[in-house]
Amino acid sequence: MTATPTRLQSDAYSSFVNYQLDNSYDEMFESPGVPRAHYKTLHKTLLGMKPEELRRTQQAADLTFLHEGITFTVYGTKEGTERIFPNDLVPRIITEPEWSKIEKGLGQRIRALNLFLKDIYNRGQILSDGVVPRELIYSCRHFRREMRELRIPRDVYVSICGTDLVRMPSGEFAVLEDNLRVPSGVSYMLANRKVLKRVFPRLFRDYNVCPIDHYPQALLATLRSLAPANWSTQHDAATVLLTPGVANSAYFEHTFLAQQMGIELVEGRDLLVHDNVVYMRTTAGLRRVDVIYRRVDDDFLDPLRFRPDSSLGVPGLFNAYRAGNVTLANAIGTGVADDKAVYAYVPAIIRYYLGEEPVVPNVPTYLLTDESSRKMVLEKLDQMVVKAVGESGGYGMLIGPHSTAAQREEFRQRILADPRNYIAQPTLALSRAPCLIGDEIDSRHIDLRPYILFGEKVTLVPGGLTRVALPKGSLVVNSSQGGGSKDTWVLRAEPVPKPKPGEKPGPKIDVRGGDARAAEPARRPGGKPAQ
Amino acid sequence: MLSRVADNLYWMSRYLERAEHTARLVDVELELWLDQARRAGAERWRFLLEALQAAPAGDSPVGATSLVETLVFNRSRPSSLVSSIASARENLRHVREQCSSEMWEQLNRLYLGVMDEQSDEARNLKSHAFLRGVRDGTHLFQGITDGTMSHGEGWQYIQLGRYVERTVTLALLIGAHFARLPHAPDQAVETAEYLEWIGLLKGCGAFESYCKAYTAEIRPVQVAEFLLLDPDFPHSVRFSVDCMEASLKTIADLTDRKAGMPARIAGRLRAQLSFSDIDEILSAGAPQFLQTVSRECAELHAAIHQIYFDYPVEAELAS
Repeated sequence: MTATPTRLQSDAYSSFVNYQLDNSYDEMFESPGVPRAHYKTLHKTLLGMKPEELRRTQQAADLTFLHEGITFTVYGTKEGTERIFPNDLVPRIITEPEWSKIEKGLGQRIRALNLFLKDIYNRGQILSDGVVPRELIYSCRHFRREMRELRIPRDVYVSICGTDLVRMPSGEFAVLEDNLRVPSGVSYMLANRKVLKRVFPRLFRDYNVCPIDHYPQALLATLRSLAPANWSTQHDAATVLLTPGVANSAYFEHTFLAQQMGIELVEGRDLLVHDNVVYMRTTAGLRRVDVIYRRVDDDFLDPLRFRPDSSLGVPGLFNAYRAGNVTLANAIGTGVADDKAVYAYVPAIIRYYLGEEPVVPNVPTYLLTDESSRKMVLEKLDQMVVKAVGESGGYGMLIGPHSTAAQREEFRQRILADPRNYIAQPTLALSRAPCLIGDEIDSRHIDLRPYILFGEKVTLVPGGLTRVALPKGSLVVNSSQGGGSKDTWVLRAEPVPKPKPGEKPGPKIDVRGGDARAAEPARRPGGKPAQ
Repeated sequence: MLSRVADNLYWMSRYLERAEHTARLVDVELELWLDQARRAGAERWRFLLEALQAAPAGDSPVGATSLVETLVFNRSRPSSLVSSIASARENLRHVREQCSSEMWEQLNRLYLGVMDEQSDEARNLKSHAFLRGVRDGTHLFQGITDGTMSHGEGWQYIQLGRYVERTVTLALLIGAHFARLPHAPDQAVETAEYLEWIGLLKGCGAFESYCKAYTAEIRPVQVAEFLLLDPDFPHSVRFSVDCMEASLKTIADLTDRKAGMPARIAGRLRAQLSFSDIDEILSAGAPQFLQTVSRECAELHAAIHQIYFDYPVEAELAS
């Protein structure tokens, strides 16, 4: 990060003329002016576009976002209203071997975390064996005692996960954090792809990009596979998406996913619980609900069990859950596994349950409850990133190299007062990728959030959301703090194989790249919904 | 479908119909005003605003700016054109996943265009382009809805909302008009009042169709017959009631509910309009007849909410 940036060479005008390189890994360039093999075509295309053309293309993309109302709400600003989600036109490209490794590593991770959750909410073997300190779990705000010995379908606690990956200067990917409660951003991933197909169709064709449009089908299949044990076999499992409502920052995503999956979008006030069964209020009377994809935090789910002042939840929902009459995806209490302090133990967790080495490593992390770590971190605060364990969205974070002495002192006090609540990581040189900034192309820091689904099996949609820290030099990629996003292209390794003689030609259902549409129609003819 | 969602679709549709009607009315009135004697025009407008419960305080004559300001741009008035479009869009935004993406895009575009219109240039007699744009926008939305949305239960609520609003608005407008103007039913109107009747017909978008049916000769009885009882013209009271009843019937079938209150009221209204004679209506008084229609619509609206949107849960659970 502190190395002198170098400029690219160019003889004629090029939009890359002011492109900054430093010691972080650059996605596009392996050395000044020399793009990596898989970026050559993109580089050539961008070089061939004049500044006005670049600007016009960006404007066309922005207009699409505006007209479609692809927005999110930002808290903590004066306006606090809908903002168009900032997007950058230049796609980020990942090769097939790189993706293959990510897929293996994240599949491993979600399976291990589910086994971990099952264990700590039941016998707690991993705690008795001293692999993870007991007090770490019980002191976690998100550990829910209500979940002790509660059985859930397939023992799947986390069925939808968004894991944040960063690429180190060496070029290797590492896990920055898991998001196991209510991960968001997948609708922007789908929207980015739609816009990019419109804006760079030829480029899209030239590369062999894995499609991602099957995400809603995969998500629906995952949700349905978790139907509760007691549901009536007379009908398909009735699945709904529970949203906090229009005021929520991710509301666009809730409506988008509900529409793409063909399921009802409900708010707390549309549901009621009677005799421990959940119903929704429809024009045809009350209809039973079996699976709830809930985008409401644990705290707000049930005023009778959790926060009594919540108007977003459903009174009695937890009782219906415990009675096994409804499934919640994700389960209650998963926050204990994405606690940033527990994160440090995930490699050990993988080894314990799966007997495997983690395919994708963690980023080095210091627990501040440990005295020697704490001492070292407090001495070097200006080189560290300190995070509050329960926060998300980039809030409650200190970025050492960009902080003032006053901010560092404030964090020092906070750490001494409550060391369990903080972890520290050395400032990472996140990888950089080319972005269209005004008329030119310059590099910005990015990360990657793939989405992992787990129901009957693990499903990953190739790519994910690449988030960009748009302000120059910034390391914070979260949308709530001014970040933006890019389309992510995972390349197919080779063309679809020709059918062998005697074999019927036809599309193979490939979880990564195929057209895995659900076989049955979402609605029966005659106007009545199937669920 | 979710009761809350049906409620939102119904209201979105009512607001859009309201906006379209306001746009047409103001456009027609502004054009008409150019032909009228100054005082007659101002009086007419005051009467109109009073009928719409939007009259400004005091007795001063209503000018063009005042009319446009009140009916079109006044955001503190929930029924103004701008407020109606904003409310329609807000209702749809709450249930966005129910409509096609093309529908949302069109309504959003219409909303953004209307919100943009802030400059004073728009607020004078040159509003035609703007008002025409609003009507085109609502018609386009209707076409997109018909073309891209499944004609299932949700679509039926949209039709229901449109025709309930249309019936109520027509009843109000025609009733006010007949109450104000003296007329001998069977005679052609005098020149002085000719413009007023043209205004009424054009305000309902009915002038050209009326001429096709009856020629350009304006007789109050024929105007009444056309606007109240014509079964084919989309902006007649009869047509609107027919559509309302058809939607209610389909909704009752789709929700497996017994026909009940809403269907009874609608059926009764429809029978009245199908079997009434225009002379009977006029001799009893058109305003009175239309007030009855308005009242029945209000009851219908309440019944729809009772059965489909706001039903008490205990009764449901007991059954």
